[in-house]
Amino acid sequence: MTTRTRARTKLPRGNEEEERRRPRRKKEAKLRTVMRTAMREKGRREAGREEEGKEGRRRRTRRVRRGTPRGRTKERTKERTRGRTRMMTRTRRRRRRKRTTGRRQEVNFSSDSGSDSDEEESMSEGEMARLMEEVEEKKKLIATIRNKPWRMKRRLTHLREAQEFVDKFEGALGKGKGQEVKWIKFQRDFENFRTACIPWERKIKDVESHFGSSVASYFIFLRWMYGMNLVLFGFTFGLVVIPEVLMGLPYGSIPRKTVPRAEQPTAQDYSVLTDFNGFCKYSVLFYGYYNDQRTIGLLKFRLPLSYLMVGIGSFGYSLMVVIRTTPTSGGGDGDEGEFTFAWKMFTSWDYLIGNAETADNKYASITTSFKESIVDEQENQKDENIHLRRFLRVLANVMILCSLGGSGYLIYFVVKRSQEFANRDDLSWYEKNELELIMSLLGLVCPPLFETIAELEDYHPRIALKWQLGRIFALFLGNLYTFLFALFDEVNNKLVEEQSIKNASIWAMKEYYANFTRLSNDSEATPPPMDPSDVIRGPCWETAVGIEFVKLTVSDIQVTYLTILIGDFARAVIVRFLNYCWCWDLEAGFPSYGEFDISGNVLGLVFNQGMIWMGAFYAPGLVGINVLRLLSSMYYQCWAVMATNVPHERVFKASKSNNFYMGLLLLILFLSLLPVVYTIMTLPPSYDCGPFSGRAKMFDVIMETIDLDLPAFMGTLFSYAANPGLIIPAVLLMVLAIYYLNSVSEAYQNSNMELKKKMQMARDEEKNRRNNTDSTNQVMKDLEDLLPNRSLAPPTRNTPRGASVSSLSLPTKTKPGKGVNLQKDVALASPNPNAQRPVVSRPPGPRGAGPGRGRGRGGAPPS
Amino acid sequence: MGNKQTIFTAQQLDAYQDCTYFTRKEILRLFDRYRDLAPQLVPLDYTSHPDVKLPYELIGSMPELKDNPFRQRIAEVFSEDGEGNMTLDDFLDMFSVLSEMAPRDLKAFYAFKIYDFNDDDFLCKSDLEKTLNKLTRNELTEDEVRMVCEKVIDEADLDNDGRLSLEDFQQMIVRAPDFLR
Repeated sequence: MTTRTRARTKLPRGNEEEERRRPRRKKEAKLRTVMRTAMREKGRREAGREEEGKEGRRRRTRRVRRGTPRGRTKERTKERTRGRTRMMTRTRRRRRRKRTTGRRQEVNFSSDSGSDSDEEESMSEGEMARLMEEVEEKKKLIATIRNKPWRMKRRLTHLREAQEFVDKFEGALGKGKGQEVKWIKFQRDFENFRTACIPWERKIKDVESHFGSSVASYFIFLRWMYGMNLVLFGFTFGLVVIPEVLMGLPYGSIPRKTVPRAEQPTAQDYSVLTDFNGFCKYSVLFYGYYNDQRTIGLLKFRLPLSYLMVGIGSFGYSLMVVIRTTPTSGGGDGDEGEFTFAWKMFTSWDYLIGNAETADNKYASITTSFKESIVDEQENQKDENIHLRRFLRVLANVMILCSLGGSGYLIYFVVKRSQEFANRDDLSWYEKNELELIMSLLGLVCPPLFETIAELEDYHPRIALKWQLGRIFALFLGNLYTFLFALFDEVNNKLVEEQSIKNASIWAMKEYYANFTRLSNDSEATPPPMDPSDVIRGPCWETAVGIEFVKLTVSDIQVTYLTILIGDFARAVIVRFLNYCWCWDLEAGFPSYGEFDISGNVLGLVFNQGMIWMGAFYAPGLVGINVLRLLSSMYYQCWAVMATNVPHERVFKASKSNNFYMGLLLLILFLSLLPVVYTIMTLPPSYDCGPFSGRAKMFDVIMETIDLDLPAFMGTLFSYAANPGLIIPAVLLMVLAIYYLNSVSEAYQNSNMELKKKMQMARDEEKNRRNNTDSTNQVMKDLEDLLPNRSLAPPTRNTPRGASVSSLSLPTKTKPGKGVNLQKDVALASPNPNAQRPVVSRPPGPRGAGPGRGRGRGGAPPS
Repeated sequence: MGNKQTIFTAQQLDAYQDCTYFTRKEILRLFDRYRDLAPQLVPLDYTSHPDVKLPYELIGSMPELKDNPFRQRIAEVFSEDGEGNMTLDDFLDMFSVLSEMAPRDLKAFYAFKIYDFNDDDFLCKSDLEKTLNKLTRNELTEDEVRMVCEKVIDEADLDNDGRLSLEDFQQMIVRAPDFLR
């Protein structure tokens, strides 16, 4: 390949040399002439002088046909074809004399077969094709040159040569090359622009180099969340909030957009506003503010429809994005145990570490992990160890399940009590806040407890992190659902309350008008409308739910930030500065600096997102709050982690943890989808607030649109589609499809396993064959299979090997990952008459690092 | 686009972009990093391809490499003279391969070269021992080191010649869950 490339690249160079010799006047030669001359010249060379005239004419006609598209790009290609122009418009004699070799070379390298004896016409066609192919190849080379393991200098020269080649011949071949160059340039610029747009790249890399990739994975996840929320924010604000602000009725025009008179005196108090009551409650941030007009403004924007669609669409979008980001190649966790040591040796260093302390930790952790594996390897057969570990793991799980169950019951109990308390008025402060207190107490106590228990299990920190995440997830889920059930109770109460208020409100309205006519004694005059702040209105459960979610989110933000400020920053300051005057070493001793709590932070983020998904339908402003939160927390946490935290004791890489985060996110998405869909589908919307007021169900908006705005046949179409007779078969079909795909994937997995097994067997066979100990081993294997005491080692896993010339230096040929039985390496078979023996028969003495020294050994080919 | 720079010509930048996994901005940033190592040595004008090399001591002191146990090998592998003295081209090359954009195969190739201490195109036991000792800072006993090396060869050596060839290595490494960079 290399020599070929070299040969090919000779031509352009030759051209350059000639270029220097060529007078400049040739510059202006037209392309068509060029091509004609070139072809004529070629024809003469190959077919003989007498054919020349005819051939030239023929070719000319073809050129004319082909020349049209080229003519367009002439201006652009002029520059490029200059070299070729010069080369070709030379006098024929000179050319024949001088260029024959070069020309031949071109023929040769543009076609490896290079059969010049074809008849004229097909020859040139063929050459065109070959040249084209050549150019394509060069282009491919340009595209992939960065993948070649070459030195930069070599790469640069190759690149230049290839580019020159392409430049020279592409124009001549009549391609719209200018377009292509522009396109490539545009692509590159776009790529540059795109990478410049990825925010916080340097910040994250900074964190990564100090704390390893596991901590960085949290920040990458945070950035991803920010991106997704930005899109949600765009939808909600662009299609719901801004139209309402611009085109909807202004504040104070109708009751739902006005603060009731009773609340007006306190509506601007700080404490009221921080509870999202008062003016906040009657603003675009919440569901209740929106009017149920079918269309608003000059543009006839269908706000209720858009509101519903955005609510559903943001779920759809999130679902799509989360699923797309979750890598689908699950189960590719690698074959555990096949390359334990090799992987440990070659891949355990985290090349991103650029901090001495982290590096120290990494060294320590690598050493420990090696020692652990060695011990594992040596004691694999000792049963009690494994049993002990299993027992400990089971014990830990039982304990954690107990504490989870206990906290679940506690929550249940407290919720029950709080429902009792709800009917009473004489409550102490504790009784009022009992639920919240217990919740946050559980959140504080349980995670460290789980972590302590998890130490019994002795997992690799990466696996331990997943367990920890899963357990805290379960705990938080309890919190979440308690909250939801409490909320549903409230909603139901409000729905009951609403019924009575609705009647009262209608009655009050009637009375008002009756009074008016009675007082003014003028039945003709239209009574002025009631002041919007005086109208009696319902509780508007949607806004109440929205407020709950917003409050929860805001308090969550506060708690998170305060925790960082106190738990990390204050601690770090105290440890750092009090250390000068303290009786023990604070930095190394008890309080020390905090580590970055990956699991807690990730879960916090995931649950926060769940809140957003659930609450966004009832409080469109929540998405905006969340975007602000993520943005600030990116800067804040980056600063906090760099300033106050220390790297983990066991630094580990976050391979595929992102996958796990996405799984959690997906779960939360489903869980938060359920209540929202339930409320949309079953609960009646409030009669006097929100975009769906006055309708029996929220989704009636869609029906309305279909009936009123779409042509009639669409309505019938939809009614057919909504027919149970159609839906049930569709669902059945989907279930069948899932079943089918599932079984197919299972089959693939099986065949995968089968193939792996085959590879393994082939490998074993190879080893056996090389060592010429087949027969002995077969017998030994069979014997071993029969022996009962090898319960742990899988059958045929220990393949004792011969070649006992030097038991020191010979590799133990056991199956990877399984027990090594060192004694068996010695002399079970006859000495191995193997060509490799010289390689391994030398004891591995210390060798110098010099490049020359190892080269002689075993006849290794010189590099 | 935007800011003018006079260090490279546009063609040079384009060529570098073709040859590495970097964007224009990143290349310029890397040049700054390179120049920061020795401002007195590196000129601000690269249009005429000046022949400048930075000694290994400077390269190895970069924060990216400072704590890496294999920094010397990395520098040696990527430098043209094999002794760790790097031109700008080598420097860009190194970061291009180490960047996260580079494909696994390329990384595997260079990883192999890095671990191949004696440059014989095979990872033999001495290479493995050196790797291991660098990774663990000589904290394993000799027996342990020997055992680990034997295990490694045993696990990854497909053609059973007692040492790892590039194919063996690639076969093994591309399947590793941790092999990212």
